[in-house]
Amino acid sequence: MKKWTEGGQPWIWLSAGALSCALIMLLGTLGWIAAQGLHHFWPKPIYQLELPATDASSPRALSFLAQPLRSGQVVDQSQDEQLWRLGNRDLQNQEYLWLPKSAGAEFSRPENALRIERQAWGDLFGFAQALIWQETQEDTRQEQRVPAEAAEFWSSLQTQLRVTQALQQQIRLLERREMGRLNQQLEQIRRQLRTSASHDPDTHAALLTTQQQLLHDHERLRLYLQNLYQQAAQPQLEIRLAQGETHALGLDQILRITRPNALSFIEKLQLYLHNIWAFLTENPREANTQGGIFPALYGTLVMVLLMTLLVTPFGVLAAIYLHEYAGKSLLARWIRISVYNLAGIPSIVFGVFGLGFFIYLVGGQLDQWLFADALPAPTLGTPGLIWVSLTLALLTLPVVIVATEEGLARIPRSLRDGSLALGATPAETLWRIILPLATPAMLTGLILAIARAAGEVAPLMLVGVVKLAPTLPLDDVFPYLHLDRKIMHLGYHIFDASFQSPDPEAARPLVYATALVLILLILLLNLSAIRIRHHLRERYQRFHNL
Amino acid sequence: MNVPSLSRPLSASQAQDFQPERLKLQVENFSLHYGREQVLQDIHLALPAKRVTAFIGPSGCGKSTLLRSFNRLNDLIEGCVCRGDIRLDQESIYAPGRDVVELRRRVGMVFQKPNPFPKSIYENVAFGLRVQGIRDRRTLDDVVEFSLRAAALWDEVKDRLHDNGFDLSGGQQQRLVIARALAVEPDVILLDEPASALDPISSLKIEELINELKHSYTIIIVTHNMHQAARVSDYTAFLHQGRIIEFGDTDSIFTNPSKRQTEDYITGRYG
Repeated sequence: MKKWTEGGQPWIWLSAGALSCALIMLLGTLGWIAAQGLHHFWPKPIYQLELPATDASSPRALSFLAQPLRSGQVVDQSQDEQLWRLGNRDLQNQEYLWLPKSAGAEFSRPENALRIERQAWGDLFGFAQALIWQETQEDTRQEQRVPAEAAEFWSSLQTQLRVTQALQQQIRLLERREMGRLNQQLEQIRRQLRTSASHDPDTHAALLTTQQQLLHDHERLRLYLQNLYQQAAQPQLEIRLAQGETHALGLDQILRITRPNALSFIEKLQLYLHNIWAFLTENPREANTQGGIFPALYGTLVMVLLMTLLVTPFGVLAAIYLHEYAGKSLLARWIRISVYNLAGIPSIVFGVFGLGFFIYLVGGQLDQWLFADALPAPTLGTPGLIWVSLTLALLTLPVVIVATEEGLARIPRSLRDGSLALGATPAETLWRIILPLATPAMLTGLILAIARAAGEVAPLMLVGVVKLAPTLPLDDVFPYLHLDRKIMHLGYHIFDASFQSPDPEAARPLVYATALVLILLILLLNLSAIRIRHHLRERYQRFHNL
Repeated sequence: MNVPSLSRPLSASQAQDFQPERLKLQVENFSLHYGREQVLQDIHLALPAKRVTAFIGPSGCGKSTLLRSFNRLNDLIEGCVCRGDIRLDQESIYAPGRDVVELRRRVGMVFQKPNPFPKSIYENVAFGLRVQGIRDRRTLDDVVEFSLRAAALWDEVKDRLHDNGFDLSGGQQQRLVIARALAVEPDVILLDEPASALDPISSLKIEELINELKHSYTIIIVTHNMHQAARVSDYTAFLHQGRIIEFGDTDSIFTNPSKRQTEDYITGRYG
């Protein structure tokens, strides 16, 4: 025993134990998030629950179509009660049902049960009954009806769905492009009118004419769009619900129809991958409880990259000054300590500072100078992408400074002397010898900064991250990068979906999935930075041997 | 003839070296402080052109500091103050307004550990020219080849000029650093224990190189190796606690030192 302690064995075991604990916690968290998040996208079967009549008050037997929640694929008989998702939020009182074992329900898995994902009101479970649409032939409208039993039912449904989706696509394009352009022009005219009224009557009259023309175009487009909306809403799917009543659903409401009970494994796998892809590429719906996270993913990425662009020059230059020129005076020492301590300030303080200083002071002043004609509506004096990135840049500045300074300090004095002895000035030495060697350290700083910035939420709520942003911060409309726009962010999306959501049960798996995406995004950003650093280190690999 | 600090009579040929017009560097009443600590005291020294002068002495005696005073590399050390004067070709190097960059181009330096830059062999040698703004490819090629030949490295690296300087062995790296110093065409080369980090064979090559180079350059070498000092140098100065104890031609210093301290050090009684 004595020999065991003298050999330093306890220390080895203690440190190994600590490392294993850390690893287990880390992998456990990641595994849990991944399992919960990815599980959600696997198509679940639909069960039909038959509840026997219990007492006089409800003499009728109850019947539901529902998907089991939380316990996975099969009906879990080991638990006392189980949570079921009934869907059909708009048609019945409750969307969820805790069903106790004692209720004596009977389960079946009807082959042709449908899960219909809708634009609004969440999922609908039911059986197809008929497809109804109007066909116009030589001025006479004729109603077409294909019952579900008919052989051509599925193919007609697919055709009609495709027609509807094409219409919706057209509507979206018109709204985004044409309507957006008209609105922009009208806004411009409105501003010009405000200033021109007093100056030049001719111009004013011309502007008024243009405005009339634009308003006319606007009205025409609006009517055209209205017509398109009506066309899209016209074909309907008749659905029989579990209790037997029928419900008509416009095809424009339908995102996707699946028959989970009839799917083979391959089809399920396809659907699974499709679901994941849709989650990553679609817009959120239903107050972020459904749909995808694309704007949040995109917003986070743009925000972090812009932050990197902002923080790198500031951090590196500050570190160069601190290390090369500031010397060892008391003031320099205090500044250094203050910079280190900046890293420990709670991030919400940076958020409040960003709001007060950047947005109200700087943004407000910029509005006065550059966008005076839009006032009192603020352009830059309101939360937006640029302020988010600047606040984060401020937040991560100490990390970059400290890492860069350490990198500069690690460069051997002999290299500096060698360069100076050849007649290079200190500035030339810095640019040609010192800085190239310090780049791996700067990248280390950036990696840490990115990791910190991408995971930060609290300050962002104050300076420009919102629950739902109608537009993307970087798109194909001039000037491409919209610094004044509000953005969505994965971290805030997690917070919003888990705590601000009207339907936490529905949002729950999405929160896990979003967290997984956020972690993977940070991992991806870091890996790319590490790759670059590795590449640079290869080049300078042996200077550490000096 | 007034040769500062020269502690014994010289032979006729040696006296030639100390003709005023043949003196490359003259140190007059030079003292240097790091903060409160006095490192060099009242140094008087005259160093003849195109000869090898060795500085010997125990660790911390100030010989490296004296060496670094010749190209004003001490300027960068905080709290370093000096008095007195050093003259290169009769011009004071500490005169106000003296261009330090120009001085360092005339006084090249090689350090104890090889310190090639993390660049290719070619770029290492061309560095001094590049900072002077020379971009012409032909000029650079010529100077690189000339310098590498002068440093006896050309044959070993001519086929891999664009490999990293770190890929060379320690001795080759040191010769690369010497080539780098030669590329800016200096008058004086300062060698700060150039062979102390090398194996005996590489060390010998450096000594042979010094013998070659002294035909064109004034060389000052700091060394801890008595045999090396005896082999390569024409004159030797022995420093102790910031003072020059003895300065004279190498043969007499090593065979017949006039001061007790010098003898003790050379024979290895302390140091």
